[in-house]
Amino acid sequence: MPQGAKSVHTILEQSEKADLLRFTTVGSVDDGKSTLIGRLLYEAGGLYEDQLAAIRKDSGRFKREEFDLSLAMDGLKAEREQAITIDVAYRYFSTPKRHFIIADTPGHEQYTRNMATGASTADLAIILIDACHGVSIQSKRHAFIASLLGIRHMVVAVNKMDLVDYSEEVFRKVEEDFNIFAEKLRISDLMFIPISALKGDNVVKKSGNTPWYEGSALLSHLETVHVQSDRNLIDLRFPVQYVLRPDRNFRGYCGQLAGGVLRKKDEVLVLPSLRKTHIRSISTGEKEVPYAFALQSITVTLEDEVDVTRGDMVVHSGNLPKIQRETDAILVWMDEKPLKTGEVYLIKHTTQLLKGTVAHLHFSIDPDDLKRKKAKELKMNEIGRATVQFFRSVFCDDYARNRETGSFIMIDPVTHATVASGMIIERGHLPLMAKPDEKASVKSPFLHRQEGIISLKDRSRLLRQKPATLWMTGLSSSGKSTIAFELEKRLMAEGRLCYVLDGDNVRYGLNRDLGFSPQDRSENIRRVAEVANLFNEAGVIVITAFISPYREDRAQARKIIGAERFIEVFVDAPVEVCETRDPKGLYKKAKRGEIPEFTGVNAPYEVPESPEVHLKTGEESTDLSAGKVYQYLKERGCLEACE
Amino acid sequence: MEDYRISKLRLLEAESIHIIREVAASFERPVMLYSVGKDSSVMVRLAQKAFHPGKLPFPLLHVDTGMKFKEMYQFRDRFTKEIGAELRVYKFQKAMDQGTNPWDLGTIQCCALLKTQALLNALQEGGYQAALGGARRDEEKSRAKERIFSFRDEYGQWNPKNQRPEIWKLYNTLAGQKESIRVFPLSNWTELDIWQYIHLEKIPVVPMYFAKEREMILREGQLIPLDGPVPLREGEKPQKVLCRFRTLGCYPCTGAVRSAAATVPEIIEEIMTVKNSERITRLIDHDQDSSMEQKKKEGYF
Repeated sequence: MPQGAKSVHTILEQSEKADLLRFTTVGSVDDGKSTLIGRLLYEAGGLYEDQLAAIRKDSGRFKREEFDLSLAMDGLKAEREQAITIDVAYRYFSTPKRHFIIADTPGHEQYTRNMATGASTADLAIILIDACHGVSIQSKRHAFIASLLGIRHMVVAVNKMDLVDYSEEVFRKVEEDFNIFAEKLRISDLMFIPISALKGDNVVKKSGNTPWYEGSALLSHLETVHVQSDRNLIDLRFPVQYVLRPDRNFRGYCGQLAGGVLRKKDEVLVLPSLRKTHIRSISTGEKEVPYAFALQSITVTLEDEVDVTRGDMVVHSGNLPKIQRETDAILVWMDEKPLKTGEVYLIKHTTQLLKGTVAHLHFSIDPDDLKRKKAKELKMNEIGRATVQFFRSVFCDDYARNRETGSFIMIDPVTHATVASGMIIERGHLPLMAKPDEKASVKSPFLHRQEGIISLKDRSRLLRQKPATLWMTGLSSSGKSTIAFELEKRLMAEGRLCYVLDGDNVRYGLNRDLGFSPQDRSENIRRVAEVANLFNEAGVIVITAFISPYREDRAQARKIIGAERFIEVFVDAPVEVCETRDPKGLYKKAKRGEIPEFTGVNAPYEVPESPEVHLKTGEESTDLSAGKVYQYLKERGCLEACE
Repeated sequence: MEDYRISKLRLLEAESIHIIREVAASFERPVMLYSVGKDSSVMVRLAQKAFHPGKLPFPLLHVDTGMKFKEMYQFRDRFTKEIGAELRVYKFQKAMDQGTNPWDLGTIQCCALLKTQALLNALQEGGYQAALGGARRDEEKSRAKERIFSFRDEYGQWNPKNQRPEIWKLYNTLAGQKESIRVFPLSNWTELDIWQYIHLEKIPVVPMYFAKEREMILREGQLIPLDGPVPLREGEKPQKVLCRFRTLGCYPCTGAVRSAAATVPEIIEEIMTVKNSERITRLIDHDQDSSMEQKKKEGYF
């Protein structure tokens, strides 16, 4: 039967090429969820049979059992009665057009945790509503969690239409009620279908009982809803999962593309090193391919020998993710032990495992009415918005933009239990820090500088000194910190109160959210100047040791601290000398291109035009330099009390 | 025109490769359980793709009851040699020497010793922290709820009530104290997917999957092959039957199905239209109600 054989072949081929729809079904047992799943699994499975039987023209060939819906239902119900059914169960079926995975989540017990789990990988959610009862609080809760987890397609299946005489009025009322609630949610595709899972109306085939309903049957909708473009195919995100080095000649980087399209010869940037290189080859398994796209597991090789490890991310140079130490996120708490702010947790984000903490819990969200509540902790199954701090930079996007790079899980460092899942969101509209140029404009009527009773003069008399800020500026390894600490030692020996603000130390704490871009460097200097100013107000002599390469930034620091207290000290050593000192090996790394924007190598240093003190540390000793600064302080009258 | 569509099979492939690599990246001593069946063939193929052009960064472990079909042993030795994999075979020699068999001890006791206990011994002796296995969620209802990264206590037992939530693809690979990990990269594959992938990738499988006239006996509604010294009961007579095996296990406990499907496309067509679950032919799953769940709680894979 060559004719038939060819057609069978076509069906097989179509099926091999068919795509996948993952959906989650939510609703309680009473809403008829088991009946619906039972019917879908059975009837959809039969579709192949019908198609093949038609080709073979020999229906006797296949012995199909009579469909016993009650049996299918009882099976599912019995499972539910066992304790383990409080969990998500996965079920599978195929039609000639598409393959399906159902994440079947129970509607009541542990619903938040389970629904979030089921929804996390789903493209679509079916919310079951009993036509006899209308939209319940539970239905709203289910819709909210589904939208929170980023499900774009939602089907509201209004079930048990047979019990309300297939009344259009009942159906429209559900539609209306649900739409009002759904306005607050992010759902781009919402569809209502009147069904009877028990009788089979509008499940697999369109029903004659609902002539007023113009849409398609549930299964046709599931078979045709477009989900392929729900992936982010715009922003290239390639988290490196595994480094493949079978021999000396081959070094490949493996991982599943989390976003975008990657092509051979593309110029890419490796995070966090920011090394630029080009893609030499891309392969899936043994096959070399000219390009790869989101969700493919690939192996790439690079044109240059770059140090890349698991947890790094390859991106296009013009399209960077957020590189952050801190972010706002929606947390779904999943552990018996509630969330404690300030506690250290392990965090898994893409292929990175790092430590972090929840710095601040803004509020919890009541899934029933979407109202925000003040919260000190999050208990199991509660949802809240929090500020999360990472102890290492994370390369991420907002969850709404990319589910893969916008999500993370939190792990208890002792028990290793998964305690929470997090979705990264944009930070609030309130600017958390004023930008330098905005500083003057931050003049809220509610902000007043507070004046105390103790004056600066009082402090000066107590400490027998006039406060000042010695601003050391110069290249890395020019001797800023060494001189600063030497000077601090001398002053302390004399009984003067002074304090060194050192670049590295400040970046570990106060400024750990900042990088090395010109903007971040400016903000770094602004904050240091503000801190120096506060120390000066307290009467303390401050010595700062920052490269501070930009004239503009130093001028701003002078403005913040006040010209009368600001002493610019140019620590001047030729770059060649600094390079030979280089205790941290930074120049070497920078020259290899491993550190971008390194002052003196690939970022500029603007020499001070008229510093108060000019130290030539290439020639003179630390002692001599520190002595010069000390002398200057003395001459300026800083080492005596105010009149 | 570049085409960014991804078919289900290629998506499953990408996800399974991701899981296999995650295991290789997270554990110092992982192992891949190799049972010689079609699922194992697919899993090994995925691992080859994951690490190409390198070799598999872990050995294959076959827990051998000594009662597998001859064709399975032949296939195992040829296949693993061809792909250059490191094969380790573990036999629970002590139990085998004591003559453990399903006819005298019953299938429950026999499985408990030659499979469950043998596996625990093998993992412990090898010092393996994580074992990759080819189980699928559509095989059996208790598997439908098992995680992809599934944790076992120090006795290798599974506690279905205390599973970690598994959300997105962010697998928590950190074991608790004394816990070991079983990882199932084929969790989301169905029997149909397995055969379609075998077809697509031309993956070799044991010839017993294909229909042929075989010497069989009919017992309790099952077709039992005469591959080894199966003791005949009264009235049982070997007969030639056109049949094939949907799953492969030990010869005393694996039934065949009557079928004329002799090629991979014919098998696919059969699966598309046959509603019986494939495990119906495995006697061990019917031992008692919820028998698979029971076995897994005790440490069965």
